[in-house]
Amino acid sequence: MNTNNNLYTIVYATLMVVATAAILAFVSMALKERQQKNIDMETQLSILSAVSLAADANSADDKIAYVQNEYDKYIKNSYLVNYKGETIPGDAFAVSLKSQYDLMKQISSAPEQEKEALKARLQLPVFECTLDSGEKVYIVACYGAGLWGPIWGYIGLKSDFNTIYGAMFAHKGETPGLGAEIATPAFCAQFKGKSLFDGDTFESVEVKKGAEDGNPHQVDAVSGGTITSKALSSSIRQWFENYVPYLQLSAAKAEASVEQ
Amino acid sequence: MDKKIFTTPIFTANPVTVLVLGICSALAVTAKMQPACIMALSVTIVTGCSSFLVSLIRNTIPNRIRIIIQLVVVALFVILVDQILKAYVYEISKQLSVYVGLIITNCILMGRIEAFALGNKPIPSFIDGIANGMGYGIILIAIAFVRELLGFGTLFGHQIIPLSWYASNGGFYENNGLFSMAPMALILVGIVVWIQRSIQKNLQEK
Amino acid sequence: MQDLISLFVKSIFVDNMVFAFFLGMCSFLAVSKNVKTSAGLGFAVIFVLGITLPVNYLLNKYVLTPGALTWLGEGFADIDLSFLSMIVFIAVIASMVQIVEMFVEKFSPSLYSSLGIFLPLIAVNCAVFAGSLFMQERGYETLGEATVYGIGSGVGWFLAIVTMAAIREKLAYSNVPKPLKGLGITFIITGLMGMAFMSFMGIQL
Repeated sequence: MNTNNNLYTIVYATLMVVATAAILAFVSMALKERQQKNIDMETQLSILSAVSLAADANSADDKIAYVQNEYDKYIKNSYLVNYKGETIPGDAFAVSLKSQYDLMKQISSAPEQEKEALKARLQLPVFECTLDSGEKVYIVACYGAGLWGPIWGYIGLKSDFNTIYGAMFAHKGETPGLGAEIATPAFCAQFKGKSLFDGDTFESVEVKKGAEDGNPHQVDAVSGGTITSKALSSSIRQWFENYVPYLQLSAAKAEASVEQ
Repeated sequence: MDKKIFTTPIFTANPVTVLVLGICSALAVTAKMQPACIMALSVTIVTGCSSFLVSLIRNTIPNRIRIIIQLVVVALFVILVDQILKAYVYEISKQLSVYVGLIITNCILMGRIEAFALGNKPIPSFIDGIANGMGYGIILIAIAFVRELLGFGTLFGHQIIPLSWYASNGGFYENNGLFSMAPMALILVGIVVWIQRSIQKNLQEK
Repeated sequence: MQDLISLFVKSIFVDNMVFAFFLGMCSFLAVSKNVKTSAGLGFAVIFVLGITLPVNYLLNKYVLTPGALTWLGEGFADIDLSFLSMIVFIAVIASMVQIVEMFVEKFSPSLYSSLGIFLPLIAVNCAVFAGSLFMQERGYETLGEATVYGIGSGVGWFLAIVTMAAIREKLAYSNVPKPLKGLGITFIITGLMGMAFMSFMGIQL
């Protein structure tokens, strides 16, 4: 047979492409569910590790099942809030932090009169976690651009909506030994007990070189990772600025229920 | 069966150090043992399978679109491997990131298909592919061994250098961070080539 | 605009394809024996990266990412073709290289004679393919960013191969230990150059 014939070449190429696409589509569909489970498991694990739960995940036999189980056990409620602090419909777990971060960037560069409309589109996730002791911790998210790629994290707040219970940060590709240190337990542990508000004013928590001892609004930056530390600091501030109304409303509500 | 098909690519005609093929991905994934082993395994499977398939259809391939057809076959297996890694060893697939995809342009694959699979029967082609993948894997694992041990003090994530040796615990030792960075991998390959060519004098360049 | 300039500088120096990611090493090692040929191959790489990245960007944005087909109608919103991206990218690169080769041959024979022999080599240059994969993975947001990144990475690769070739030309006159001659010393020099390029990592862009 003449394999250099035009018709033969075209038919051959077409058959090849169709066969390949069919095999790939089949495999991708068959594995899709499991891949999605991995991605979900990672998010669940990040949320749980912000409050130091699911610590045995890496030694668990079936990591996915273990994490899912822990998540269902501790995270009793999750919802989305808007920039006014009101609960809005939607799935807190499914919302992409990146898309919210992109929106925040858009807001900060938009002209003054358009800001309101853009802000109204923000969807900020909150995860309510009930610890073994019965104490409630409210976990919020943050996301920003580090030196090489995205950095993100989850921060757990005590029920006064001010004191930090715990935090976890992660990154895609910061410099090992320098910026990448933000993901170490030692760095994250510094956030414990820090507070966001000074009286009624929002102060955020700053990641700063040579933080003062005992200052409730500062933690020590990672040595050598200046840009990553600054980026983390500003993304925490940026996200919390949007969370502030929710935090204040919830704190007021909590206080009212105590007085009754 | 000709045993030479199997042993030559591993030692005397190693694809990385002798034929200078597939360097690109060889270096980037060698900072730690675990991704290096997975990468070595993936490349071995892909070279074996794609050599086999191309050899099987070698008489039907229209010559004009030969390269594209080879690329499609290779890409098919690479995507399969990538999807499987994503589903079953998610964390490692994240570390390997784009380098799994880059197996497609790994010159070992195209090189072996052009040089061997197009002119040989499927079974020897398969063995040739596997052997070349293993030759590549050995270099990968050797480099990763040195880099992880000296750069992180660990192997497969287990601490090897006693913790009490570290300066932060009052000892004398410090991990050499340079080994975890890119340039050290290149220098290590250089040293591997040096050692190999000191032993096999016929490989030396004039 | 400022973003684009910093992305350009970053892709040349900080994220250099050869020194930071070891990409395109095969042709880098094989061709870097003299400056003139290296420059030819380098130009061809810039050219191909500058063309394939925008094309792959558009394909990625409007066909491959999950939900990208929404412009065809609501019913297509759930389709996720991202598993096809590698095969599409490599096909685009291979066919672009072919088309560029034909165009250059037809309209500028002089350019073809200096560049043409390198074009087929580029289809399997990992730096070109990696350009598209990195574009997808890092999620560059605009066509401009993708193009600038493509050209920048190409220029970075060009710089790397030309400097390497210049060093190797000089190296011919030096007394290198025999087993290290050729390949071995080239690896070590590339490593040393990579260390020099690491100093760019501190630049804040």
